[in-house]
Amino acid sequence: MWDSALRYDGPMTDAASDTSDAPPRLDALDRAIVLATQGGLPLDPRPWERVAEQVGVDAAEVMERVRRMLENGCIRRIGAVPNHYALGYRANGMTVWDVPDERVRELGGKVGRLPFVSHCYHRPRHLPEWPYNLFAMVHARTRDEALRLVEEIARLLGDADRGHQVLFSTRILKKSGLRFRDRDRDGRA
Amino acid sequence: MSHRETSMSPAELGWIERHLLNDFQHGLPLEPRPFQIMAERLGVSEQEVIDLLRRLQNEGFVSRVGAVFRPATVGASTLAAMAVPEERLEEVAGVVSGYPEVNHNYQREHRFNLWFVATAADEEHLRRVLGEIERRTGLPVLYLPMLEDFHIDLGFELQWT
Repeated sequence: MWDSALRYDGPMTDAASDTSDAPPRLDALDRAIVLATQGGLPLDPRPWERVAEQVGVDAAEVMERVRRMLENGCIRRIGAVPNHYALGYRANGMTVWDVPDERVRELGGKVGRLPFVSHCYHRPRHLPEWPYNLFAMVHARTRDEALRLVEEIARLLGDADRGHQVLFSTRILKKSGLRFRDRDRDGRA
Repeated sequence: MSHRETSMSPAELGWIERHLLNDFQHGLPLEPRPFQIMAERLGVSEQEVIDLLRRLQNEGFVSRVGAVFRPATVGASTLAAMAVPEERLEEVAGVVSGYPEVNHNYQREHRFNLWFVATAADEEHLRRVLGEIERRTGLPVLYLPMLEDFHIDLGFELQWT
């Protein structure tokens, strides 16, 4: 068994790191809106009004805050969030790549723009067990189809691909929507 | 919770459902009556849009209709992996999934066979949870926090053929 040498001692989130990518700060009202909407908008003719009632401001203020969070990148998109698995995309491949650190931003940007990649992140290596620093999620109906997409990524990376693997999921053990909880109410027993 | 088993197959979805799923993964109008605007674009009634979205949600084809937040917008989160001996997989997976801080937990084909995402109000809380999982299972946890996000998330092009 390996020991704490594998432990990552850097920042746990990009919010704590000094990348220019750090998300903007949210104030109490923004946080209240995030908490009220993270499970989905009410399917009501006036959904923002329902949210507004919950957080205690008017609908125009809620929409303005949401617009601002969209602009500054806290919200990536608003819409229907499809369940890929239920829609038949059962081959879920996490592809991991070892690329030169100095090129990870350039290459990550290219991979992240591929239409079949749903997430693309730079994550820390843990040598020697884990040499991969670029992650890209690929969804397809079958493994063969997924593997063809992986080959497409490999071609795009060319010589920068110093090694890669595809980790297919075999079982979903838990999947719940992301739930942020308020600091005050947080804490396990 | 595992994914919901659907009673309908995706092939049975009608064209309005397909358009709702494909065309509105982003750009839900920031207007007082967004479903009315969607309805006008699709040439159906507002109530029809709401009913169809509700049905897609109930059938499990849509997880929710709403905002997709950038990771770590509020709180701290990380991807984590464990190499669990096959005979301990059920037990360890149960420990990991038992934490409310863990919102995804997948088994994958690899020596690192258990992959999960943990989210907490702050980094200290997150480290405490991962440390507790290591102590309770006696297995190390590989911490893989996101350092940079490269994806321009406009949703995912669904194909129906």
